[in-house]
Amino acid sequence: MQRLIVLLLLAFTLPAQAALNVLATVPEWAALVKEIGGDKVNVVAATNGLQDPHRIEAKPSLIARGRNAQLLVATGAELEVGWLPLVQRESGNPAIQSGQPGYFEAARYVTLREVPAVLDRSHGDVHAGGNPHIQTDPRLYLKIGEALAERLALLDPAQAQAYQAGYRSFAERWKAAIARWEAKAAPLKGVPVLVQHDAFPYLNAWLGLKQVGVLEQKPGMEPSSGYLAEVLARQQHNPGRMVLRPAYQYDAPSRWIADKAGIPAVILPFTVGGTAEAKDLFSLFDDTVNRLLAALR
Amino acid sequence: MFTPRYTPLALAVSFALAAGAAQAAPDADVAREMKQMREQLQQMQRAYEQRIAALEGRLAQAETKAVKAERTAVDASATAGEAKASAESAQASRSREPVRANAFNPEISLILTGTYNNLKKDPNSYQITGFTPTLGEVGPGSRSFSLGETELVLSANVDPNWRGVAIAALKPEGGVDMENAYIESLGLGRGFNFKAGRFFSSLGYLNEQHAHAWDFVDAPLAYKAFLGNQFGQDGVQLRWLAPTETFFEIGAEAGRGQSFPSTDRNKNGTTTGVLFAHLGGDVGPSNAWRAGLSYLGTSPKDRTYQDTDSLGAAVDDTFSGKSRLWILDGVWKWAPNGNPSVTNFTLQGEYFRRTESGTLASNSAAGACGGDCSGSYESKQSGWYLQGVYQFMPRWRAGLRHDRLDYGTVDIGLAKNGILSGSDFPIMASHNPTRNSVMFDYSPSEFSRFRLQLARDQSGLGETDNQVFLQYIQSLGTHGAHKF
Repeated sequence: MQRLIVLLLLAFTLPAQAALNVLATVPEWAALVKEIGGDKVNVVAATNGLQDPHRIEAKPSLIARGRNAQLLVATGAELEVGWLPLVQRESGNPAIQSGQPGYFEAARYVTLREVPAVLDRSHGDVHAGGNPHIQTDPRLYLKIGEALAERLALLDPAQAQAYQAGYRSFAERWKAAIARWEAKAAPLKGVPVLVQHDAFPYLNAWLGLKQVGVLEQKPGMEPSSGYLAEVLARQQHNPGRMVLRPAYQYDAPSRWIADKAGIPAVILPFTVGGTAEAKDLFSLFDDTVNRLLAALR
Repeated sequence: MFTPRYTPLALAVSFALAAGAAQAAPDADVAREMKQMREQLQQMQRAYEQRIAALEGRLAQAETKAVKAERTAVDASATAGEAKASAESAQASRSREPVRANAFNPEISLILTGTYNNLKKDPNSYQITGFTPTLGEVGPGSRSFSLGETELVLSANVDPNWRGVAIAALKPEGGVDMENAYIESLGLGRGFNFKAGRFFSSLGYLNEQHAHAWDFVDAPLAYKAFLGNQFGQDGVQLRWLAPTETFFEIGAEAGRGQSFPSTDRNKNGTTTGVLFAHLGGDVGPSNAWRAGLSYLGTSPKDRTYQDTDSLGAAVDDTFSGKSRLWILDGVWKWAPNGNPSVTNFTLQGEYFRRTESGTLASNSAAGACGGDCSGSYESKQSGWYLQGVYQFMPRWRAGLRHDRLDYGTVDIGLAKNGILSGSDFPIMASHNPTRNSVMFDYSPSEFSRFRLQLARDQSGLGETDNQVFLQYIQSLGTHGAHKF
């Protein structure tokens, strides 16, 4: 019993002295926090690169992690609407509730694309705020990173200098990397592509890929065979050169189209850990560009 | 982005041409007219193509400009401090969320359910023999088509510290049943959560879930027999989540206990208490689990049910005393890499054990006491269910459930001491009810589900009911997250 009390006391007091506890909903923000915070933060991602962020459950382990988090970093724009509100509420942790400094939404710092003009579920699982898959455009990480560094400094003023320095170092390396990726990806400009889930508007905008079709007739609904046949028929007039899908998605629809249309199916890591090569933010985009270029050959 | 508009036009043009060609009459006039039309159409097409190309060019220019602007803005903000102010104002002007007067309205969702039931046995004579009737609607429902409860859910944060939820079940026969209406704390801190109002108790695993989230059409037999489908009361709940890596939560509830297994007591203080503890975690990225132990203690007074005595007369049997229920629950969820969208499997089971002791009175005229008999009552009964639901491909799931109740020991003083006999309490006859159910469901989207369920129900003594259910569950509006 005494040992238990000591353990409980330790558990209460430890987080205040040690590194800042950060819970990120998806691996890309966990990686970004790590880039900026280094050893000043203790960051965990709630999901891994092979999980569909729309369809996560508020598992007991996530609620337990929410309990001790001092900062919760989410994408926002309703991406995590199916589970995060429960984790926040059940955690009994006022610091990470919406509206508190301990809750950070990346989507607030970028201009969202595809904001629907009509909100009606006959259009599928649409996100009212716009397309939430912002992590596929590396340019957006600069603004998000800057805001994140400010937030970290606000929550952990003692280390404010370190966070600012961490961000500056990251921004410098990141800008150089963007220039490198853009030069390398130049041949991708204007290349027509099909996508399985409408998950790549930000990637398309960055690299100039031209999206000519989506395999999901409505967002969030698995493609039916009838609709796939329609997409295939459209290949005649308006052919896509490849079909893209995030690593976590069911592979059958894109494989079917790829087979029938004779085009490569490209699995993009989508986030850190989505493929074996995407180990951190830099290798995530190295791998994304490499895979797209490989499909072009 | 202009291609989709262009494609239908081109299609229409080519269709018109094709149709024209097919009908080409020998008449030279018609042929000439056709030719003119074709030329006009081709001109139109060329004009459109030019305009589209021009627009696309302008769009591309605008895009490159925007990208350049974005990049310079970022550079500026990184180097110069004064550029930040302008970047901020730029961001403010970019936020185009229209401000609406109803922006503060609560989240609203409506859940529509309906079933078609094909029942071999008359549902009006449904009983779970051997177990005290719960007075709730625990039967399999009406035959043929029937509308289920329409659930209206309203929820919103009240202020930074509280959240309010109201769930009204609109009854198909008319009337509203206020299922849940409670306030919940957001800011207590240190892992504490407080709830007050009317809510489903956190005991067991399935109890807190609303019917539309169940994996089967109906509740397990144990829930029907021991909790009257689902236990909720007016009261308060306090929970504490331990600050550990492993999920560990304990909680207590106290309330008026106005529903089975308790009764409204018309007294101050509380009559029903619930204690629960939950433990949960992950095993690798693919497995998640939760286990729980719960206790419900209450002292019902004059809890009455109807039965038919040995004279064939309808009688009232009334229990007063103590009722204690223990529930052991567990759920294991598997999904490859923790991604349930393609395949996943859930194994779930709960074990119930109840002891009741007190007095059981009967107004039967069959005995010597002439309609005013009372004697001791002691029972130790249990029950369990185990179910597995497997999603074998996106949108499709199949599930199996086995239900079993164990009669255990029931000592009815009036029957034992010969004042009345066992045949005056036919519902309490010794019987171990069982049921096997199999279900298939199809969910075209996250908001819609269609289900087929077949069951072989042996709840009644000597009765075997073969049941077929067809069900739809659809949800409209902002649909809140479901619990694990």
